[in-house]
Parts: sequence; C-alpha cells; structure tokens
Amino acid sequence: MKIRLLKDKVIGTGMLTFSILSVSMVLLIGIGLYWRSLPILQNYSVWELISADTWRPLKGSFGFFPFIMGTLWVTGMSIVIAIPLCLLTAIYLSEYAPTRFKSIFLPMINMLAGIPPVIYGVWGVFFVVPIVQRYIAPFFVDFSTGFTVLAGSVVLAVMIFPLIVSIVVEVLQTIPKELREASLSLGATKWETIKKVILRKAMPGIIAAVVLAVSRAFGETIAVLMVCGNVPISPKSIFDPAYPLPALLANNFGEMMSVPLYDAALMFSALLLFVIILIFNVISRMILQKISIRNA
Amino acid sequence: MTQTPHISVKDLNVQIGDNHLLKNININIPDKCITSIIGPSGCGKTTLLKSLNRLLDDIPDVQISGSVLVDGEDIYGPKTEVTHIRKKMGLLAQRPFPLPMSIYDNIAYGPRIHGIRGKTELNRLVEHYLKAVGLWEEVKHRLHGPASALSIGQQQRLCLARGLAVEPEIILGDESTSALDPISTKTIEDLLIKLKENYTIVLVTHILRQARRVSDYIIFVYMGQIIEFGPTEEVLLNPKEELTKDYVKGFIS
Repeated sequence: MKIRLLKDKVIGTGMLTFSILSVSMVLLIGIGLYWRSLPILQNYSVWELISADTWRPLKGSFGFFPFIMGTLWVTGMSIVIAIPLCLLTAIYLSEYAPTRFKSIFLPMINMLAGIPPVIYGVWGVFFVVPIVQRYIAPFFVDFSTGFTVLAGSVVLAVMIFPLIVSIVVEVLQTIPKELREASLSLGATKWETIKKVILRKAMPGIIAAVVLAVSRAFGETIAVLMVCGNVPISPKSIFDPAYPLPALLANNFGEMMSVPLYDAALMFSALLLFVIILIFNVISRMILQKISIRNA
Repeated sequence: MTQTPHISVKDLNVQIGDNHLLKNININIPDKCITSIIGPSGCGKTTLLKSLNRLLDDIPDVQISGSVLVDGEDIYGPKTEVTHIRKKMGLLAQRPFPLPMSIYDNIAYGPRIHGIRGKTELNRLVEHYLKAVGLWEEVKHRLHGPASALSIGQQQRLCLARGLAVEPEIILGDESTSALDPISTKTIEDLLIKLKENYTIVLVTHILRQARRVSDYIIFVYMGQIIEFGPTEEVLLNPKEELTKDYVKGFIS
C-alpha cells in the first residue's frame, strides 16, 4: 500500500521537475543569447542595430535591417501562398473527398512533412529557381537570377503545407455533424455551411495551425538559404534576393571569428530571431483568445 | 384519417452499406398534427426522420429507394432541389447546436441565406421568432452576445426559432428534449402544441409519456419496419399488434 502511494508521489514530482526543466530551456536560451550578444549591445544601441541597413562587418557596421526584412518578406509571402492552398485542400479532404481518396491522400501529405529540408532546398534550386528566373520574373522585371524572395517563399510554402493541412483537417473533423445538419436543414448549401458556419467554428484551430507554421517558417534555414540569394539588402519586391536571419547565422557561424564583434553580432541575430518568434507567438495567442471567446 | 396527408412515404428503403435500416416504409403523415415516431433505440426512428429532409444524402454508401412526397412533390425526384426541400422543414436536434455567432445572427442566418438583406426586415423577423418561442424577453438586451452563453434550454428554443425563421411548413424533432431539464422540456412541449396550428410536426421520441402528452398520431417502428400507426390513444392504450403491446408495456425497449 505504502509503496503504491510513494510511487504516485515520485511520478508526480518527477513529471513536474521535467516539465519545469523543459520550459526553463526557453528562458535559458534567451538569457544565453543575450549574454553572448552583450559585446555588440555595449557598442551600439538596439535601435541602431535593427534600423541600420549596411552590413559590413570588416568596417564595423552591423545593420540588421536587411535581414529582418528578408525574414519578414520570405515568411510573409510563404504564408500568403500557403494559406489559400492549405485551406482549400483541407476543406476538400474533410468535407468533400470520398473516404477512400482521403485515406490515400492524407498519409501522402504527412509524408511531405517528413522530407528533410535540404531536399526541398535542392528541389528549389533545380526546379523553382529556374522557373522563377525564366518564366515568372521576366514578366515583371528586367533581370533576375531566380534566387529571390519568391523562390524562397514557394519552397517554404511547400514545406509548411503538410503541417497546416493536417492540423486543419483534424480541426474540421472535430466539428460535430449536427452543426452541419443545423445549417443544412435551414436550406443552406454545403458551401454556405462551410463558409459561414464550419470555418467560423474552426477559426481558432486554423489560426493555431497557421501560427505553428509561421513559427516554423521563421526559423527554416537550409532550404531557404539555398534558394533566396543571400544578398544583405532589403528586398523591395518578391523578385529581389533576400537574406533571412537564420541564413545569416548558418552561413557565417564559425567563420571570420577574428573580426571584432562579429560573433556577438551573429549571436544578436539569433536573439533577434528568438524575439521575433516570441512576439509573434504572444500576439497570435492574444488574437486566438479573443476569437475563441467570440465564436465559442 | 380525415385530413389530407402532408407527407407521404411510399416504399421507402434505406440501406447503409449492408445494413438495411428502413424496410418498405409506407406512411401518410397528417397535416397540422403532431406525429410521434416511437420505438426502441436503433430501430430506425432517426433514420426515418432524417430521410424526410434528405439529411441522409451525405452519408457514404447510402442507398435510398422509394419516394417521399411533400405536398405531392417527390423530394427524392431528380429535379428536386435539396435546399428547397430543407427550407420547408425545420429540424430540432437532440441537443441544441447554436451556430457559432450571436443570438441575432443565429435567427437571421436562414433568412439571409434565402436572400433577405434589409435591416428592418431582419430586425422584425428576429423579434417575431424570438417572441414565438418565448425567448424575446430573456435575450432582448443581449441580442448581439454569443448564442453559446445561453442555457441549454434557451439554446434549444433559439434553435427552434432559427428553424421557424425560414418559414417552414414542417418541424422535425429528433428527441429534441432529451438533453433538457424537466422545465425546459415542458416549455418546448407546450410550444410544439401551440405550433401545430400552423405546422405539421414529426417528433422522434423514446419517452412514451411524452408521446402521449403531445402527439395526435403515433408511428411505432421496430427493426426498421413500421409496426403500427394510428391515433395516440389507440396505439398506446389499445394496440392491435403484439409487438406494440410488448413495447408499450415495457417488455421490449
């Protein structure tokens, strides 16, 4: 008897300890990054660093603005591309597709999620980049290498597609059949029911899926850096190259460490990425809360 | 039967996969009366009800044969528009399922779909139907609050009002009081009795006392077949069939 109760206690405390440990990792990483980027923060103000747009480490100018913009452009565009595709696919799979089709298609989509990013990168270089260079960019600009924001966001969109689709399908299937029937029985068509009732009810879940995908897109490194050109200038359009923060970090870490402040600058770029994702998550959590209250 | 039937079911058979849920259903449901469908669970009561407004259509592997005539129009006919059929019938489900929007929008949802846009007209409809179910006084000061904040009993009345707002001729109730407390149940029953002046009402219920309280006619269904159909008192007090007798006495359930 005593032993059983003891076990209960040990297991409970054990789980608590591990939970606290894993959550405190977030804090520890944040503190660690801040501490390692202190040298550069002592020389420049945060505002100077994030608003300056020249990146010449050898001359001591560390402007992070192009990288921040690169990250926002590539991630933003990938979401713009992915959301409509994902929603339509998820709605089709959940509401229209015959069971047999669904049982083949859903596992295939999940398989997409398991492909390593570097393979998406290679696919981007050999497939997306030439298409952008030859068939899309010429319509809009005089010259483009193809290594652009657009190529990066297409590759990213394909990468986050399975993530959003599988979560949204899951969310749609939790909506009770009777709610659909309630709308249908009023004489609404299937599409009206989906548009006005189902999607509304599913909105918190859809937003959660997108948030997860955006967080992933912000941090995606290898596939993006292979296709988006890596020129440290703020992109002005989707046909300009971009240089997102993760790519900056991955390309330069371990090199040129003799340059003064360089490693602190790289650490600061990691801190920036960390903060951007944190802010994004907090904001979306607030939006989510508001919507769940309104739509319950 | 004196009245002309509002709904006529002829040789209706429903199969889902290999499961023969309804077998050769023939029934005439009288106009402006409450008809209750009773029977043990799994006997096909709800399937019969849902076949009346084609809610079975979306089930995979469903096979439906036979015809259901509403006002003489076959709802399974090739030219019949399903939205038109469903607009004619309000559905009141087992539990209330308010749409994820405000009280006002729940009522206005149906009329808006059918093309009513004018603000004054919508206001009038919302007020009218909320009054019809006795909910107006309780919610008039929070029409734009979420419908999910209402009590379950209020939600069910809201769902009834939502169904009435598309001006149906028929109300289908699928054990509509089974999730409600006794007082809310009484409110809904009283409402249905009041509404039968203008509507044909078909209810599925597993509560014999409820069937007795509210209905004019009773259909007893067992294993996918109609065993007996007749006026309430006759079926419950003086059943002709052995199976009905056993069910009414509580031997089978």
